[in-house]
Amino acid sequence: MSAQVITITSGKGGVGKTTATANLAVALAQMNKKVVSIDGDIGLRNLDVVMGLENRIVYDLVDVVEGRCKLRQAMIRDKRFPELFLIPAAQTRDKTAVSPKDMVRLCDELRPEFDWILIDSPAGIERGFRNAIAPADMILVVTNPEVSAVRDADRIIGLIEADQKGPGKLVINRVKPAMVKRGDMLSTEDIVDVLAIDLIGIVPEDETVLIASNQGRAAVLDNRSKAGKAFTNIALRLNGEEVPFVELDDRDGFFDRILKLGRAGGDS
Amino acid sequence: MSFFGRVGLGRNQSADNAKERLKLVLIHDRAGLSPGKLEALKDDLIKVIEKHIDINTRDVEITLTRDRDQQRLVADIPLLPSKGRR
Repeated sequence: MSAQVITITSGKGGVGKTTATANLAVALAQMNKKVVSIDGDIGLRNLDVVMGLENRIVYDLVDVVEGRCKLRQAMIRDKRFPELFLIPAAQTRDKTAVSPKDMVRLCDELRPEFDWILIDSPAGIERGFRNAIAPADMILVVTNPEVSAVRDADRIIGLIEADQKGPGKLVINRVKPAMVKRGDMLSTEDIVDVLAIDLIGIVPEDETVLIASNQGRAAVLDNRSKAGKAFTNIALRLNGEEVPFVELDDRDGFFDRILKLGRAGGDS
Repeated sequence: MSFFGRVGLGRNQSADNAKERLKLVLIHDRAGLSPGKLEALKDDLIKVIEKHIDINTRDVEITLTRDRDQQRLVADIPLLPSKGRR
């Protein structure tokens, strides 16, 4: 067995890298894969809370790199899936404590024991980003349908291509189909057209993501979650399955419709 | 705005606006040439060309374009009627 290393990155912060990492890790674990997720955001540890494992941390990534513990000791086993692990980021240490070479070495040590290694990259294009992409076999670029997020995604695509890691695959997160339909949000086609890379997932804006993360569990575990379903589809595509891209449901919620009627009756 | 515009039968423009702005900003980002730098390049270019030929400096246009994978710097430099000609 030799794991594939997938790095999830975006350039811009807040587009859903950590959410995507946690959900993909759980989705792959649900498919009986051996998975380890690594929080690459040194100084701003977060993947642990999204996965609901924050109370179990003893050692972290920097402890491993600096030899204060064995790799195994820093790997936290998931509560539901015995073959899913998390290596948390350090919280207080210097960002330069880890180098791209350290990450390559770490992943090489993990590869024989796993099917998938997922690395949650920090925002930005600095050292943390360089560390996160160094061992990657494939890079997922997460973006939102916003000019700023797509612009940063383009920067990232340029950087990973320059690093011979490209072209990467695109995840468009937080899509609101009703807004796209009425012409107030960039569509999937618009974004793919501009960025010119392959799409691997379209994830709708969905309250269940926040509700799930409030409880430290992934949305993919909720059968009714549309976003969870979208992440499961990405995991299936990573496994080489052909999953068609379905048209997102563009019906507004009940309250949206009421609001719209209210506004229509206004000062027109 | 009309009633129909509000309920979504008419199409809003904001996504189209976003796409146009995005395309423009990416052309500059990808070339590593900001609009300000492009303006400076235009001024230098005008100075050099003026040494050799009379041009209509006000209507000079320097633009970055992109077709497929190729980025292009396009200069449109109108000439003034030649003084030597009769």
